[in-house]
Amino acid sequence: MSRVVGVVLALTMGWGAAARAQDSGGYAQNLAGFEKRTTVKVLANGLTLIVCERPEAPVFSFYTLVDVGSTDDPQGASGLAHMFEHIAFKGTTEIGTTNYPAEKIALAKVEAAYAAYDAEFRKRVGQDAIKLATLKKNFEEAQTAAEKFVVPNQFAELAETNGAVGLNASTEEDSTQYFWSMPSNRLELWAYMESGRIAHPVAREFYKERDVVQEERRMRTDSYPIGAMVEQFLATAYTAHPYRVPTLGWESEISQVNATEAAAFHAKYYVPANMVVAVVGDVKAADAMPMLTKYFGAIPAGPKPEPMTTVEPPQFAEKSVTIREAAQPFYLEGYHRPDYRDPDDSVYNAITDIFSNGRTARLYKSLVRDQKIAADAEGFSGFPGEKFPGLFAFYGEPVPGHTPDEMKDAIHKEIERLKTSDVSDEELQMFKTRARASLLRGLADNQGLAQQMAEYQTRYGDWRELFRKLDEIDKVTKADVRRVANKIFVESNRTSIRIEFTPPAQAQTQDAGGAK
Amino acid sequence: MKDASLELITASAMRTNRTDSAGMRMKSKSIGSFFALAIAVCVLLPPGQFSAAQSVASAQPATVATAKSAAKTAAKSPAQIAAKAPAQAQPWKKIAIPPLHDFKPQQPKRIELANGLVIFLQEDHELPFIDGSILIRRGSREEPAAKIGLVSMYGEAWRTSGTAAKSGDALDAELAVKAASIETGGGLANTSVEWGSFKQDFDVVFGEAVDLLLDPAFKTEKLAMAQREMATGISRRNDDPGEIAGRESTKLVYGAESPYARQAEYATVAAVTVDDLQAWHDRSVVPNGMIVSVEGDFDSTAMEAKLRKAFEPLARGAAIETMKADFVGPKPGVYFVDKEDVDQSSVQIVGIGTERSNPDYYALSVMNEVFSGGFGSRVFQYVRTKLGLAYEVGGSYGAAYDHPGEFRSEAGTKSVSTVAATQAVLKVIGQLKTDPPTPEELKKAKDDVMNSFIFHYDTPEKTLNEQVVLAFYGYPPDYLEKYKDGIARVTAADVTRVANKYIDASKLAIVVVGNKTEIKPPLSTLGTVTEMDITIPPAAKVGK
Repeated sequence: MSRVVGVVLALTMGWGAAARAQDSGGYAQNLAGFEKRTTVKVLANGLTLIVCERPEAPVFSFYTLVDVGSTDDPQGASGLAHMFEHIAFKGTTEIGTTNYPAEKIALAKVEAAYAAYDAEFRKRVGQDAIKLATLKKNFEEAQTAAEKFVVPNQFAELAETNGAVGLNASTEEDSTQYFWSMPSNRLELWAYMESGRIAHPVAREFYKERDVVQEERRMRTDSYPIGAMVEQFLATAYTAHPYRVPTLGWESEISQVNATEAAAFHAKYYVPANMVVAVVGDVKAADAMPMLTKYFGAIPAGPKPEPMTTVEPPQFAEKSVTIREAAQPFYLEGYHRPDYRDPDDSVYNAITDIFSNGRTARLYKSLVRDQKIAADAEGFSGFPGEKFPGLFAFYGEPVPGHTPDEMKDAIHKEIERLKTSDVSDEELQMFKTRARASLLRGLADNQGLAQQMAEYQTRYGDWRELFRKLDEIDKVTKADVRRVANKIFVESNRTSIRIEFTPPAQAQTQDAGGAK
Repeated sequence: MKDASLELITASAMRTNRTDSAGMRMKSKSIGSFFALAIAVCVLLPPGQFSAAQSVASAQPATVATAKSAAKTAAKSPAQIAAKAPAQAQPWKKIAIPPLHDFKPQQPKRIELANGLVIFLQEDHELPFIDGSILIRRGSREEPAAKIGLVSMYGEAWRTSGTAAKSGDALDAELAVKAASIETGGGLANTSVEWGSFKQDFDVVFGEAVDLLLDPAFKTEKLAMAQREMATGISRRNDDPGEIAGRESTKLVYGAESPYARQAEYATVAAVTVDDLQAWHDRSVVPNGMIVSVEGDFDSTAMEAKLRKAFEPLARGAAIETMKADFVGPKPGVYFVDKEDVDQSSVQIVGIGTERSNPDYYALSVMNEVFSGGFGSRVFQYVRTKLGLAYEVGGSYGAAYDHPGEFRSEAGTKSVSTVAATQAVLKVIGQLKTDPPTPEELKKAKDDVMNSFIFHYDTPEKTLNEQVVLAFYGYPPDYLEKYKDGIARVTAADVTRVANKYIDASKLAIVVVGNKTEIKPPLSTLGTVTEMDITIPPAAKVGK
């Protein structure tokens, strides 16, 4: 333990000095120190394991990153990647069942009954109401029969009763991830559970969970003005690329996906070659790796799925949407940028920092502090994702009495300034120093570090890129910022959306709430 | 039991948009707080993302579900669970769980100065940073009723105004090049100054923080900026149904005029002057009302000397009196807010909760685990998993440190299932009294708490924050250990006893924010409905 602490100290002291001296080569020796406590192993089935030793306390965190996101949702089944993420908490062939062989048969009957019901339901001509009702009843009975074998929520409960905290998962456009933290004496139990749900998940209670997911959509999108705005914005900004489709799925599609589709999705994308599992904490790689290899190596291999290849065609005309509803005004705009592999990736990060980070940020100073027209305003890169060409977006939240148009004009003024004059030395320096400090502070957090390592390993094939990125950041110049701003912040590359407050319609006359 | 650090308002928590001290975080965080709810699509709602929780988080510590229980929000009747005797092999039971590595969390050093100021020092040499915080007693619950918003704006304008020697704008620039921060904030029970930097910048940054503490120069234009932000918040407070339900239900629990629930209005915000900020400052910033804590890469002896030099000269001020208020709980009934542009109802079922000093707190904590502590808990199992009626569902019999918390249960459900979901949650609440936890349920509830206990003190920062919070509220330093022992002793009979003692369905208020035309059967199925008017009182005149 003392050895490891020593290494960390050497690493971080060096960085502190580097941050001050701007010694761009300073991180290299520290990276070497960090490498000593990090082990990467690609298993025979293609799965990548990362173990980073940080024995500060007897706990560990993991981050399983599956390189599949909502951009991989099949045509007509938007929301399926996210739906599967929910199913990954429903257990395995061993966890969550009282009798898997019997349950398997019952679940197959559910699928057959659903398919029969669905076929009748979708008939455009000649739908038979009586037959439909019978088929629906059959489907419901099949579900009830299958539920007899379920031990509900046993998977998550097993984690929780063994001390898991922060247990969750998320689905994005670019990836799906699973994570929690646990006392370190549960490492093997976790390896058993995690490898099990990846290799042998069971889509039990699928149709109840589909209802739950629809409630999630209602909360985040339908009943939340900003959520509805974001959905419309992306659907407008993208013509061909699946970034146009919401991760939660369109209501008509997420309400109709079935467990057979989810199983096919799993078979195609949840193959070991398509995932990275990072473990950080009180773990000794020498002891743990054989055990981890046993569990994760048992996941059946499969071909790496073919990549999603749609490329968004260049935008050639400005697009603009106005939402008129009884919600407070808001303004959001975006410009297409290349994906994260672009040589200018760090330049976009510089612009984000200079426009948005803290009270020295340009948008804050201009819109909030000096012009007094916004309560908040920021610009940020990689929206909604960065695996594929995403957007560089700006938003402004007007204070009462001010309008989205004023946000737009003020933001454009700042963009114009960026295009026509250099950023200051000080601004560029703030960005570089803060990038180092931010990276460094993240190192004391098992969960955050596991996430970073898994992401960089997935994106670059090497977690060390996380540290090398600082070199790239150090090389960003004022000329780069101006060049990139002139390249992408042009009218024909812009999509904007605004909410214009419009008073609600006259009160309904019918009495449905029953309120007196 | 929630993270101690969540209990007190801290400047950095309020300012995540404006600072970058938290290190690299998830994508959803980096792309603006507005979009977090819309974009981070998760199997569970992360703590603080539900708008009801957000709207009360800063003002009502007790209602913020614990980091764990908000993330874990679970009920099939106990009898059903018991009946599920597994026939299948359970391979995980054969996996060895070795003893946990020996670990003694390092306790911070406590120093009390003659003037009453308390210092906690926590060395942590992993990274080359030093972070500090000063908690100052008195918060928004003590502000005058005609000036609601004063403390929040004080917390904002204090830092943006700066000191007599250096303006806030100049401070911004100076700190940014160091990747350092100094922030101030105002919350329910306290205000705060926090700072953080690379260790080699400590002397400079700490010096500026102390200047800000002792020699602020409140400026009219910075107050005006805070007033604009408050006004923006007021104008937007009816956009999100979850936020409305959270706010209105809290007003029912404590009373609309209660210091624990009242809300800022355009008029109360406009009434605040720079003199009010200065007067608040002069009254509050006294050493006998402050706790200073420092954590990071330093030597305690040297640090103690620096802090003594900075704070020993301060003269003791008048004693800070304890806040007094009456707590009667809500007038029972069904309360409804019509919002015609939503397709989901936000349902809150609320009553008065308790304090952590209550000897029954241990049994209530176990009851909370059985009720809503995770995927395996009753309300999650029943309302979400079995019925599929909600994504967000949870609750807790809340306990705050120095006043009663809220007993809050909540669910978000499509309009047509509003009544069904409400009845389902009420059923689970009722069963807490009639169906004692089965031996298996009790074991699971306790295992949840005990096996994750290490996460109360797995970092030096958490250990420090725990001690600061306990000291702030006058709890004994070994509170956490006692809590652990207390949980271990709770029996099924204890749980049923406290459920019957504290839960009274006839004293609960049901608040629904939803779309009246879609809610069928109507809410009147649940009882007499009172419609709530949430119209925002217009500003008399545009502020100064």
